[in-house]
Amino acid sequence: MLFKSHGGVHPNDMKAPANEAEISTIPQPPQVVIPMSQHIGAPCTPLVAVGDEVKLGQKIGEAKAPVSAPIHASVSGKVVAIEPHLNNLGNMVTSVVIENDFKDTPAETMVPASAEALESPEQIADIVREAGIVGMGGATFPTAFKITSGWGKVDTVIINGAECEPYINSDYRTMVEHPDDLLKGIQLIMKACKVDKAYFGIELNKKFAIDLLNIKGGAKAMGIEIVPLKCQYPQGAEKTLIKTVTGREVPPGGLPASVGCSVFNAFTAYSVYKACYEGWPAIERVVTVAGSAIAEPKNVKVRVGTPMQWVFEQTGGFAKEPWKIIMGGPMMGMAQYDLEVPCGKGTASLLAFAADEDKTVENPVCIRCGQCIDACPMNLQPIFMYMYEEKDDVEMLQKLNIMDCVECGSCSYICPGRLHLTHAFKTGKAKVQAYQAALKAKEEAEKAKAEAAAGEAPAEEKKEEK
Amino acid sequence: MNEERKLIVSSSPHIRTPRGTQAIMLDVIIALMPALVAAVIFFGVKALVVTAVSVVSCVVFEFGYRKLMKKPDSCKDLSAVVTGLLLAYCLPYTFPWWAVVIGAFFSIVLVKQLYGGIGKNIWNPALAGRAFLLISYAVLMTTWSDGPDAATFATPLASLHAGQLVPGGMNALWDMFIGNIGGSFGEVSALALLLGGAWLVYRKVISLRIPVFYVGTVAVLTLIFSRGNNHILWMLQNVLSGGLLLGAIFMATDYCTSPVTPKGQMIFGVGCGLLTVLIRYFGGYPEGVSFAILIMNCCTWLIDQHTAPRRFGVVGKKSKKEDAKA
Repeated sequence: MLFKSHGGVHPNDMKAPANEAEISTIPQPPQVVIPMSQHIGAPCTPLVAVGDEVKLGQKIGEAKAPVSAPIHASVSGKVVAIEPHLNNLGNMVTSVVIENDFKDTPAETMVPASAEALESPEQIADIVREAGIVGMGGATFPTAFKITSGWGKVDTVIINGAECEPYINSDYRTMVEHPDDLLKGIQLIMKACKVDKAYFGIELNKKFAIDLLNIKGGAKAMGIEIVPLKCQYPQGAEKTLIKTVTGREVPPGGLPASVGCSVFNAFTAYSVYKACYEGWPAIERVVTVAGSAIAEPKNVKVRVGTPMQWVFEQTGGFAKEPWKIIMGGPMMGMAQYDLEVPCGKGTASLLAFAADEDKTVENPVCIRCGQCIDACPMNLQPIFMYMYEEKDDVEMLQKLNIMDCVECGSCSYICPGRLHLTHAFKTGKAKVQAYQAALKAKEEAEKAKAEAAAGEAPAEEKKEEK
Repeated sequence: MNEERKLIVSSSPHIRTPRGTQAIMLDVIIALMPALVAAVIFFGVKALVVTAVSVVSCVVFEFGYRKLMKKPDSCKDLSAVVTGLLLAYCLPYTFPWWAVVIGAFFSIVLVKQLYGGIGKNIWNPALAGRAFLLISYAVLMTTWSDGPDAATFATPLASLHAGQLVPGGMNALWDMFIGNIGGSFGEVSALALLLGGAWLVYRKVISLRIPVFYVGTVAVLTLIFSRGNNHILWMLQNVLSGGLLLGAIFMATDYCTSPVTPKGQMIFGVGCGLLTVLIRYFGGYPEGVSFAILIMNCCTWLIDQHTAPRRFGVVGKKSKKEDAKA
């Protein structure tokens, strides 16, 4: 419209019918494959060996680096292999394969934290770190590091319950079925972050959850303000959410902490509750199984390391031949080609689409409609970025601030010409990074050369003196 | 089971809007229909014949050129149909069919396809085609009737160009609103064009930026520099006469030849309005809409380059300096 606020698209949210489906449990798989890297940061080293007996919740992987999160056994049983396995990003990563004994023998570490421990920010952060909690929305940034690195900078905690991607209901169902636990989890995060105010952003298509948390949960009395958000993708993108809730804009390349904010996914808050009050590390996640090829959309609890194939089989399988299978949401999730890929900590949904969802065309043509510019939440100009990306013009790409792109997919979604815009920007960003790295290497080489020359010169002088 | 299954792996996003290019063009065609109905009411079936000739020849030229040049067919996107309709709408209903075909050839082959087809041309094909026909067949293009009452069919624009209000007061204004006047048959009915415009805005095919700033600029300028004693009437007659509404709603908003940035679209609208008034007041032709838009089409790239949206996270003047440094 005339002065339309900038950015965003409105895909059909497709939340029904799974939004009415209670979270259910599925039988455990006979074997779990647990990748040693399920987070942003240093990958873990396995702490167990082939043949070891492991208990439920036992720590089986750890890294010494500060930006990392330990990994735990999601079932009890025997380690049968430690070998590379395909993960959801298409990489081969070292994984611990555990044969399930179906006993769920809990590890000694799975005990609730003491009441006084929960009064200290440091101790809560320690529990969160030990529990291997990461950003459960899919970004998988280690939560404990986010908390501790924000001390002294962060004045506002924002809980992300936007769940703006279509189809996904796992956060919504958690809000509806565990409102008190969730609010307690948010309180723990507030305490850990040393702030006494939190905003909980929830999109208006989850009106029921908003009312439930407000009225029955008593969010306000706990210092948690529920912020109803307009349904608009990508409302739950970190920078967009901060802007909507606080009006602050995270500067380009900056972190939320630079504007005093720290954003946690709703399921992360629930996981913090589980870790502190029940002693459960991050070994289970609610997963929405949906899509046009799925027989019956559901929300199920899935243990980390369960192969996708198992989840699909146990939830009723496919009604139509799947054409595309996605781990994560339809806007930012990863398409998978092997159903043996295990679910991870950040897997909020498994989607299977039938071939009738295919909207790609043989000859994508830009008609210069400019809708991509209207849709971009980062105020970029996808239409021109695409032109220069095709021409490999790295300097123009930098000028157009391509590195600001959050890869939300709004431009590709809205494009009537069906251009692969987001894909072009992913490759474009890689090109810019490679270019910058090459430039830096060249500079350093020249500097080294100059230093070497400077070093030689005095030596020669000395020789002359002799 | 797993081995025989073939899965597509592609980069996200995995869903796309149902509204592709064809759906958008179809909406434009629907939006152009009220004006065609009005044309048939006021000018008879001849208007329909001119439209049919124009649309068919545009599609044939589009198909033929792409085939000849061994390029993928682009008729399915329906943009040639839109060009055909708009070209016809700029013509008098008496226009001979052979000249329509020549105009369609100029529009589709020279203006659109030689530049690379949809999304690549610099000028609006229909308007460029009209300009070409106006220069080549000036008499045919300004013959507004084939009957003996040609004199009574002087267009409102002719009197405005002479610096005089259209005689008839409020009645004349009403005729201008519904389209009971002389002129190119697609441009006469403001009512039909506004209906079409409302459809386009409702379907989010166009934003209001260009039409509002275009018509608004014309309105403000004609109100300030009004000729005649009734300033409001002078302004309204200027807004309702000629191709202004057709141009502002359907031609200046042409995706391909107008700026893509929100700010740019506003500047583009103001520029079109300014040029239209200048040509109407001081030009040789009574109408300035088509030339105004064609001239602004030339500035589209320039406007786009200087109206980039503010970078997210960069607020105020200080950040501009940082931007410049970067």
